[in-house]
Amino acid sequence: MRAGLRGERLVALFILAAVAFHPPILNLFAVDSAVFGLPLLYLYVFAAWAVVIALIALITGTTEETAAERGVDAKPAPEREV
Amino acid sequence: MLQPAVILATAFGYLCLLFAIAYWGDKRADRGRSVVNNPYIYALSIAVYCTAWTFYGSVGRAASSGIDFLTIYLGPTLVFVLGWFLLRKILRISKANRITTIADFISARYGKNQLLGGLVTVIAVVGIVPYISLQLKGVSTSFNVLIHYPAIAMPSAVSTVPLFQDTALYVALVLAAFSILFGTRHIDASEHHEGMVAAIAFESVVKLVAFLTVGAFVVYGLHDGFGALFARAMETPKLAPLLTASPASAFGNWMTLMVLSMAAIVCLPRQWQVTVVENTDAKHLDKAVWLFPLYLLLINVFVLPIALAGLMEFPGGQADSDTFVLAVPMAARAEGVALFAFIGGLSAATGMVIVETVALSTMMSNDLVMPVLLRLKWLRLAERTDLSRLLLGIRRGSIVGVLLLSYLYFRLIGESYALVTIGLVSFAAAAQFAPAIIGGIFWRGGNRFGALSGLAAGFLMWGYTLLLPSFVKSGWLAESILTQGPGGLSLLRPQSLFGLAGLDPLSHALFWTMLANIGIYVGVSLLTRQSAMERIQATAFVDVFRRAESQQQFWRGTATVSDLESLLGRFIGATRTRQALVEYAERRGLNPGKMREADAELVNYAERLLAGAIGTASARVMIASVAKGDIVGLDEVMKILDEASQIIEYSRQLEQKSRELEVATGELRAANERLKELDRMKDDFISTVSHELRTPLTSIRSFSEILFDNPGLGLEQRREFLAVIVKESERLTRLINQILDLAKMEAGRMDWQIAEIKLKDVVADALAAASGIFAERGIHPEVKVPDDLPLVEYDRDRLVQVIVNLLSNAAKFCDRERGWVSVEAASEDDAVRISVADNGPGVPLADQPRIFERFQQAGNTLTDKPQGTGLGLAICRQIVERFGGRIWVENRPSRGAVFSFLIPIRRAAQAAQ
Repeated sequence: MRAGLRGERLVALFILAAVAFHPPILNLFAVDSAVFGLPLLYLYVFAAWAVVIALIALITGTTEETAAERGVDAKPAPEREV
Repeated sequence: MLQPAVILATAFGYLCLLFAIAYWGDKRADRGRSVVNNPYIYALSIAVYCTAWTFYGSVGRAASSGIDFLTIYLGPTLVFVLGWFLLRKILRISKANRITTIADFISARYGKNQLLGGLVTVIAVVGIVPYISLQLKGVSTSFNVLIHYPAIAMPSAVSTVPLFQDTALYVALVLAAFSILFGTRHIDASEHHEGMVAAIAFESVVKLVAFLTVGAFVVYGLHDGFGALFARAMETPKLAPLLTASPASAFGNWMTLMVLSMAAIVCLPRQWQVTVVENTDAKHLDKAVWLFPLYLLLINVFVLPIALAGLMEFPGGQADSDTFVLAVPMAARAEGVALFAFIGGLSAATGMVIVETVALSTMMSNDLVMPVLLRLKWLRLAERTDLSRLLLGIRRGSIVGVLLLSYLYFRLIGESYALVTIGLVSFAAAAQFAPAIIGGIFWRGGNRFGALSGLAAGFLMWGYTLLLPSFVKSGWLAESILTQGPGGLSLLRPQSLFGLAGLDPLSHALFWTMLANIGIYVGVSLLTRQSAMERIQATAFVDVFRRAESQQQFWRGTATVSDLESLLGRFIGATRTRQALVEYAERRGLNPGKMREADAELVNYAERLLAGAIGTASARVMIASVAKGDIVGLDEVMKILDEASQIIEYSRQLEQKSRELEVATGELRAANERLKELDRMKDDFISTVSHELRTPLTSIRSFSEILFDNPGLGLEQRREFLAVIVKESERLTRLINQILDLAKMEAGRMDWQIAEIKLKDVVADALAAASGIFAERGIHPEVKVPDDLPLVEYDRDRLVQVIVNLLSNAAKFCDRERGWVSVEAASEDDAVRISVADNGPGVPLADQPRIFERFQQAGNTLTDKPQGTGLGLAICRQIVERFGGRIWVENRPSRGAVFSFLIPIRRAAQAAQ
């Protein structure tokens, strides 16, 4: 993976996960049916959770931090507006 | 096998093992061979998040409301996704400032304020004590359930058990001993308690394996796997809703629980302790951010199956769902599994209690007791030579105090509530820290007054909307407070404050506490000013990744080394002080024996050393008492901060400049292109015009020469030649007139004769003027001009000129053999459109935009013979646009071009009609 996008990727993943575990989405799976004998909602939540964890591992494990992201002795990043 | 003696012996043996592991961990650390310095132990220690509440309470919650127990674990997963931003920043700040607790962090951020540290400590103790008592209750309940084996008897109220037969009391005492032994080994609380962490990590393994064992036993031992268990549950009408989670009930407070657990994973004192204080290397976070969520996922896989199995096993409610983890194996006569489950629950509870009490005791000693003692002048503490023993004594006393308080709470009030509810009340208390922490590390503007008042308001709201109702439910206060409001004021009912109804109590409380907390924090911060110290700290926290150890610059005072040494010696011991000073001198290349005056850097170093022992706020006060001078004034602080930000500002300005330069370059390039184009057009024009001028001139000259050289020419021929000369002269005049006209119009020196005119007459005039050229080519123009066109205000002659130009253009370009020209007028919304169409070759699309420019003609001007001056259409455009109209050309679908223009109708003219 290309370096330097770790921050963006993690933020995107956070938004994805927040949406995936948001009640309106969960409601889509809260139906009376089973896949492989498992209730759909139960299966969905754990599967989505596992995917999120795998993605965190993938992003933090494979992207290199840039000097700016590491922040030590780096040249000052553009001032953040407060 | 499950006699009380066996159970007690197992539990006792387990606790002994814990002591042994902690002892071994500390010994290894002393020898420099750390066992905890790796990401796996770090992630396991963070799993102290899973308490007895997880172990027993999750199943209880799943049994009553289905899948929403998972929110408590999904929230932390979300936070850990962002851990790389949030936790890493907190870690960096805490390490740089030797922060030891959450109270210390908040007080340090807002100007090393003692009052703020005290307030945070009070909130933490009041909020967390119920949570600790919940763990004691978990141990006590599980013991009492197990002891009745083989009967499945629910313990009646524990308060009926005599005090000295109550397991919870002994557990509390053993844990107090453990915390004192392994949690207060160092006077410097920012140092790692490696033995304790090793034990906590071990406990995390035990509770996970225990829970998975129970789960696997229930799913595969008692039922034939997940599918069979779920299939049976789905056939039971009472259980089916737990699996599909009928939306209204199950997701009601889903978001509330998510938000609370997200705040809790950062703000709970024990999480702070293991995640921040006990972290040995910030790099471990990289793996922990996914290992910890993975742990949470694993420990939750079997929760719902166990809950379902329990509900099917005890359909009549013979067992409390909070005890299913024990009761289901017991009912199946699986003694070993039940005992292991008990140990798992014990490990979950003890791990939490140990870390939480250590964290709370550090807070209490550093942010509550010491500041007060140091202020009490009559104690003459400042003159005591060794305060380190006192400090440790306070911490140990705090540990015992917190545990006894928790036990008391459990005896008095704990029985009235389900496990989950108490835990959530504590979560809501801890969540009050979130605005001050998050705001503190990302927003430079948050200040002390804002944090103090926001926290106080949130805490009061919490007490009123959550704690007060819990007292009512325990029978301490009258029920009427909840139903009718205090003193009959129904607007102030704690669970529907100000009439806010329709939310569950927790969401209701979260709404009001966060509204008060965040609102007041932000509002007051915006309305009040920061002191110099706050400004320094705010910048040090927010910009921690950009500024390395910048604080020294702000300290302008000096102190003697001996003063500093004796001050440090009193708190952290003479030996350690000596050691620290030697280390410092070696690092700076100084001779430790010859240091007399301490410079700003050494003073700062001493302050941080002291901060690890007694907290940043007290350390500031103590250092100020021996050092002359103070931090620099606000103006200077701003200047120093500005120096740094100026560099940033410069680079930003440079970037800005180069961007502007790029834009300017682009504009120049475009202008240059345009100039080149104009130049080329001028060249073309000159060649066109000179050609145009030369043609009539040439014929005039040659005919004149013929007339001059041949005086004997016949009259007829002479007349013919003279006619050519006249015609060519007219053409020359016309060309020159047009050039002059255009120049005048462009320079704005044209006289416009504006009058109300009738378009039909104008068109008729134009046709008359162009009749010669039509007759010459045998064309009979079609005219479609209705009578009812509105009047327009225009320069009549110029309008005629436009139409004549278009007509003569059409005549020139239409088909040679069967020429056809039509002129049409039609009124549109607020304009009149006049179009002239022909059946010539049309205008190529590429030429259409340019054809109204001067000296531009359709087709190749170099090879084709030019058909006109190239100025007619340019003049037309000038005239039309002068009156706010528009002129354009289209090709007819069949063949030929249509030139149209719009004449706007003046409102006045319309009204006059």
